[in-house]
Amino acid sequence: MKSLIIGVGNVYRNDDGVGILIVRKLKNRVSDYSHVKEQSGEGTSLMDAWSGYGRVCIVDAVSSGSPAGIIHRMDVSSESIPANFFSCSTHSFGVAEAIELARTLGQLPSQLQLYGIEGGDFQPGEFLSAEVERVVESVVDEIVQYVSSS
Amino acid sequence: MTKKIIKVDYLARVEGEGGLYIKLKDDSVVDVKLKIFEPPRFFEGFLRGRDFNEASDITARICGICPVAYQMSAVHAMENALGVQVDGPLRDLRRLLYCGEWIESHTLHIYMLHAPDFLGYPDAIKMAKDHKAIVERGLKLKKAGNQIVSLLGGREIHPVNIRVGGFYKLFTRKEFEPLIETLKWARDAALETVRWTAQLPFPDFEPGYEFVALHHPEEYPFNEGRLISSSGLDIECSEYEEHFQETHVEHSNALHSALKERGSYFVGPMARYNLNFDQLSPMARQAALESGLTRTCQNPFKSIIVRSIEVLYACDEALRILQSYEKPERPYIPVEPKPGHGFSCTEAPRGILYHHYQLDEQGKILDAKIVPPTSQNQKTIEEDLRKFVPQHIHLSEEELTWRCEQAIRNYDPCISCATHFLKLDIERN
Repeated sequence: MKSLIIGVGNVYRNDDGVGILIVRKLKNRVSDYSHVKEQSGEGTSLMDAWSGYGRVCIVDAVSSGSPAGIIHRMDVSSESIPANFFSCSTHSFGVAEAIELARTLGQLPSQLQLYGIEGGDFQPGEFLSAEVERVVESVVDEIVQYVSSS
Repeated sequence: MTKKIIKVDYLARVEGEGGLYIKLKDDSVVDVKLKIFEPPRFFEGFLRGRDFNEASDITARICGICPVAYQMSAVHAMENALGVQVDGPLRDLRRLLYCGEWIESHTLHIYMLHAPDFLGYPDAIKMAKDHKAIVERGLKLKKAGNQIVSLLGGREIHPVNIRVGGFYKLFTRKEFEPLIETLKWARDAALETVRWTAQLPFPDFEPGYEFVALHHPEEYPFNEGRLISSSGLDIECSEYEEHFQETHVEHSNALHSALKERGSYFVGPMARYNLNFDQLSPMARQAALESGLTRTCQNPFKSIIVRSIEVLYACDEALRILQSYEKPERPYIPVEPKPGHGFSCTEAPRGILYHHYQLDEQGKILDAKIVPPTSQNQKTIEEDLRKFVPQHIHLSEEELTWRCEQAIRNYDPCISCATHFLKLDIERN
């Protein structure tokens, strides 16, 4: 069965759009191994989106206080997400809540890898900051590598 | 004399970024500020110079929870400006789409955001440990709403199938059939939700409000009707700006809205219910009365029951529309641009959403005004807290702060919309 890559974010809030922009670049490169979906980050919809998949990869912008452009890699099927990791999200029930609720309900995919790209600018606009733009291609290559490995 | 401040920097379980600050002197509240610090998004400015057909897709981006409301108010205002009336099966399909959004938005708030307050949990994740089956029911019910919006709207988030005059693409009866089975289950689950919310513990709190909602003689309001209130307002949506005004307050990036003559007012599920009880479906009316509510509800904490009744209504109405559906001959009524003004209010899940556009002869937008429901309820939320806190002053600071947050969540505030978000400070002096 194919894996799933979910890009999360809002392309109208600058760096918050990086997850969406990355999955758009991935779409044609992973079609043999993976489905690709875009999500706003609303948690219950995210749980619906990954339902039925055993191997899922989520790409999202994060705001944890690290320098912009830092890539956080987490196997969230085995470790919890730190509090306030997604404080850039305006969703009251967002990515972190979805993952932790799914863990409680036994609805987490058996493999769930999170790529969090630290954003610096979440103001209204359609442009990535230079620090985030610089890491986009390396994240794309890394995810291709991840989903194409057995 | 003692002074105290109750303060929540970051209010949880509301949509967007905001906070609360309450200052007390002895047992009296001297200041309440619902602080909205999410940056304003200047959507009204983005719209100037764009084509009349683009407003629905641009304004849908204001909110990931209620994009359908923005699309509906936008297309209705444009149709008002251009002299077009969409009726028959196309109008029914717009009601169906709105049913989907109400089911999604209300169910998210009932189960994930508001219920933990009543059951004493900090969040839905902790609640799910003890109430697994209930949370699973909520998730499945919300999904039924998602399915309507995904199919008819073209996709789940920010639907793309809505245009001035109707839709881009229509569906056959056969394509809608799987939804009917889903909605039959959802209607039963919604009835269970009404019964479940009705037995939650509620504080006594009925401060008295002026409720404002759309009213249509034959149907519970989504898209159309006159704007009426519990104090006698009865106007066309085009007269909105004559009766309501927005003012800037320093502590909020969202404008405060008030009735020019009487001040604060209340929009949303309780306002709709109180002004439109007779227009609910028989099943929704019966469930409301069996839940212990009367034809009106004045306690904002019981808004969770009213929201559940509206979910039941939305499932029932969606089934009615789907069971009598015949594919319309054409997906939309052709519309020609012309200069003028267009006005519309539709009932977003959180209350009336007002749009006003001015168009030039090519149909370009010269000016836009958007008043979302949360900015209309801000003043009422602050007034609730002024009355609620003195009645509960004996509580510990932790408990009082929690109760204040709950009182704010009664309104399911969508701060993302209003600023076009929430963090709480209670100061005891």
